Amino acid sequence: MSNIQNYTLNFGPQHPAAHGVLRLVLELDGEVILRADPHIGLLHRATEKLAESKPYNQSIGYMDRLDYVSMMCNEHAYVLAIEKLLGITAPVRAQYIRVLFDEMTRIMNHLLWLGAHAIDIGAMTVFLYCFREREDLMDCYEAVSGARMHATYYRPGGVYRDLPDQMPKYKATQWRSDDEIKERNQDRHGSLLDFIWAFTERFPKFVDEYETLLTDNRIWKQRTVDIGVVSPEQALALGFTGPMLRGSGVEWDLRKKQPYEVYDQIDFKIPIGKNGDCYDRYLVRVEEMRQSNEIMRQCIRWLKNNAGPVIHPDHKITPPSREEMKEDMESMIHHFKLFTEGYSVPAGEAYAAVEHPKGEFGVYMISDGANKPYRVKIRAAGFSHLAALDSMVRGHMIADMVAVLSSQDIVFGEIDR
Amino acid sequence: MLEQLISLAWIIAKILIIVLPLLGVVAYLTMAERKVIAYMQYRVGVNRVGIRGIGQPIADAMKLIFKEIIIPKASNRYLFILAPILAMTPALVAWSVVPFDDGWVLANVNAGVLFIFAMTSIGIYGIICAGWGSNSKYAFFSAMRVAAQMVSYEIAMGFALVGVLIAAGSMNFTDIVHAQSGSVLHWYWLPLLPLFVVYWVSGLAETNRAPFDVAEGESEIVAGFHVEYSGMTFAMFFLAEYANMILISSLAVLMFLGGWLSPFQGIPLLESTFNWVPGIVWFAAKASLFLYLYLWIRATFPRYRYDQIMRLGWKVLIPVTLVWIFVVALAVQFHLPPWFA
Repeated sequence: MSNIQNYTLNFGPQHPAAHGVLRLVLELDGEVILRADPHIGLLHRATEKLAESKPYNQSIGYMDRLDYVSMMCNEHAYVLAIEKLLGITAPVRAQYIRVLFDEMTRIMNHLLWLGAHAIDIGAMTVFLYCFREREDLMDCYEAVSGARMHATYYRPGGVYRDLPDQMPKYKATQWRSDDEIKERNQDRHGSLLDFIWAFTERFPKFVDEYETLLTDNRIWKQRTVDIGVVSPEQALALGFTGPMLRGSGVEWDLRKKQPYEVYDQIDFKIPIGKNGDCYDRYLVRVEEMRQSNEIMRQCIRWLKNNAGPVIHPDHKITPPSREEMKEDMESMIHHFKLFTEGYSVPAGEAYAAVEHPKGEFGVYMISDGANKPYRVKIRAAGFSHLAALDSMVRGHMIADMVAVLSSQDIVFGEIDR
Repeated sequence: MLEQLISLAWIIAKILIIVLPLLGVVAYLTMAERKVIAYMQYRVGVNRVGIRGIGQPIADAMKLIFKEIIIPKASNRYLFILAPILAMTPALVAWSVVPFDDGWVLANVNAGVLFIFAMTSIGIYGIICAGWGSNSKYAFFSAMRVAAQMVSYEIAMGFALVGVLIAAGSMNFTDIVHAQSGSVLHWYWLPLLPLFVVYWVSGLAETNRAPFDVAEGESEIVAGFHVEYSGMTFAMFFLAEYANMILISSLAVLMFLGGWLSPFQGIPLLESTFNWVPGIVWFAAKASLFLYLYLWIRATFPRYRYDQIMRLGWKVLIPVTLVWIFVVALAVQFHLPPWFA
C-alpha cells in the first residue's frame, strides 16, 4: 500500500482566474482544498514610499493606480487626508461632484467585478454586457479629466475643474455610417450632466438584464449559494469591510456611519445579505449598483440647480485661474510656488477613510510640516479579504475557490500597492 | 484483383467525399461560433480576413500548421503524440455509418448505433492520454474530470439510445429514420421527448461543451487536457471537438428529428411543393439547428461544478431515461398509435 500524499498546485500568477498576479499555493486532496496560501507582492510598486519623496499633489495620480478599477475613490481618501491636515473643506458643489463621481466609480467597479465574477463561473456573456455600460462611464471620466482611467481629478480643496458644458461627440469616419454616428451621439447633445442623467435612466434596465442571466439561474445558484460562507462574527474578526461585510449581514457603511462630504444629505439604502455566501455578496453588489444609480440622480438634480466654486479659494493650496495669472503678480507667484515647491502642510497626523467599492479604503498620513508627507500608509480593503481566503475556501473544491476569490473582488493594485 | 482495386478506390473516394466536406464544415463551424456568440454579446466577431472575415478559419489553420509542436521534456512523448490521434480518429470514423440521405451512407451496418457509441467512447481515451502524458497538474485534473464525466454521461446517453432502439426496432440508422416517416409528429422527438432532452444534455456533456466544459474550464484548470499542446497537435483536439459536435447534432437529427425526411411530409399542399428539395438539405438544416443551440447555450449559461455534473447525470438523467424506456416499451408492446401502430 503506497501512502497517499496531498497534491500541491501552483495557482497563478499566470492564471486566467488569478485576478492579476495572485500566486496561490493550494494543497489539495483530490479536488478538495485543504489549505490555500496566497502569496502577494508581485505587483508591489512602493506607492507609499514614493509618496514620501514628492509634493503632496504629485501623488494623487499614484492613487489612481492603486485599485485601478475604482480610481476616483482612491484619490478621494488621499485628498480627504490632506484636507484634514490642512483644516479645509471643499465647497459644497465640489462635494456633490465628488459624491457623483464616487458613485459612478462604484458602478464601474461593480460592473467590472460582476463581469469578472461571471466569467470566472463560466457565464461569459455578462462580461461583455458589463463592459458596454462601463464604456459610457469611462467617457464621463474622460469628459471631466481627459483620461479614461487614471483621472487625477480630485484635488485637496475640491476638484480640478467644473463639469463641462458639453459632451464630446463622435465624428463621422469612413468606418461608421451617419446613422450610426447619430445614434451614438444621441445622448451627447447636452452637458455632461445630461449625459449622466440619460445613463441613469437606462442603467436600471441593464441591471435587470444581468439579473435575468444570473440571479435565478439554477446553475449560477448552485455555484454560489453556500459557497465561501462567512458568519457576521467571523467577518468582523477578519477585518472585512464593504460588500464583503454587508454580504455577511453586518450593516456597516462609512457613508452612513461616518458620513463624509454630503452623504448625510442624500437618501439611499445599504443592502445587506443574510447568509454570507457568494450569492449574497453578489446580490449585495447588484443592489449597490441600483442604489448608486439613485445617488447619482440626486447629485445631478442638485448640481443642475446650484452653481458655485468647485475648489477652495486659498491659492496657497489650489492653483489660481490662468486669467488672474496674466494680470496679477500675486497669482503668478502662487502659481510658480504651487507647481514647483507645492504647499506645506502643518505637522500632525490624520486618517481619512472612504467607503470604497471594495470596502474601507483609508489613508493615514503623517506630516512633519514639510511640503512632502513624512509617511503615508494606505489601508486597502482587499488586503484583509485576501488574507481570509484560506479560511473561506477550506473544504471547498477548486471551482469554488475561483468563485470565492472573485466574490472578494480582489484587485492587486491596491493589495500590493 | 482489378475488381478489388476498383472497389477499394471507390471506398477511398467515398471516404474523401465525406471527410473533406466535414473538415470544411468544422472550419466554418468555428467561425460560426465566433460570429454567433459575438452578435449575442454586442460584438462584431471576426471580420478582418477576407470579405467579412470569411477567410478566418483558413488563416487559423495556416497559423496552427506552421507553429512548432512543443513536446514537454517531462512528458511521456509517445502518449503525448498518440493522444491527439486517438481523439481525432474516432471522431471521423464514426461518420462512416451516418446516412446523409436515403442510401447515402458509407457503411450501412445493422449495428450502426452501437458502432457510433463505441467510437465516441474511444475518443475519450485521447483526452485521458493527453492528460496523463502531458505530466502537468492542470492536465491531470482535466483527465480525471473527463474520465468521471464520461462514465456517467455515457450511461444516460446509452439509455436514451435504447429508447430509440425499442421504438424503431432496429439499430440501423436508415431503418430508424424510415420508422419515423409520416409527418413531423411521427418523428421521435414527440413520443420520446424526455429521452430527446436527456440525449441532448448528455451530448453537450460528451462533447465537453458549455455548461459542461469542466474538462477545459478556463477559469479553473486553464485549458485542461490540452494545456501543454501547441500547433497541429492542439488543432487535432480542436477539430475532434467540433467534429464530435457535428456528429452529436447529426445523431440527434437521425434519431429524433427524422433525419433527411422533409418536415412538410403529410401536409397536403406543402409536401408536393417542397418535394424537389433533396433530403440532405433537410438533414443539414436540422443539424445546423442543433449546432446553433450548442452556441446559444454556450453564450448563456455559467459552468457547472464537476461534482454537480455527476449529480445531474446520476440522479436526474439516468432515472428519467429508465422510466421512459419502460413507458416506450409499453407503448410499443400495445402498439400505441400513431407512432407504434
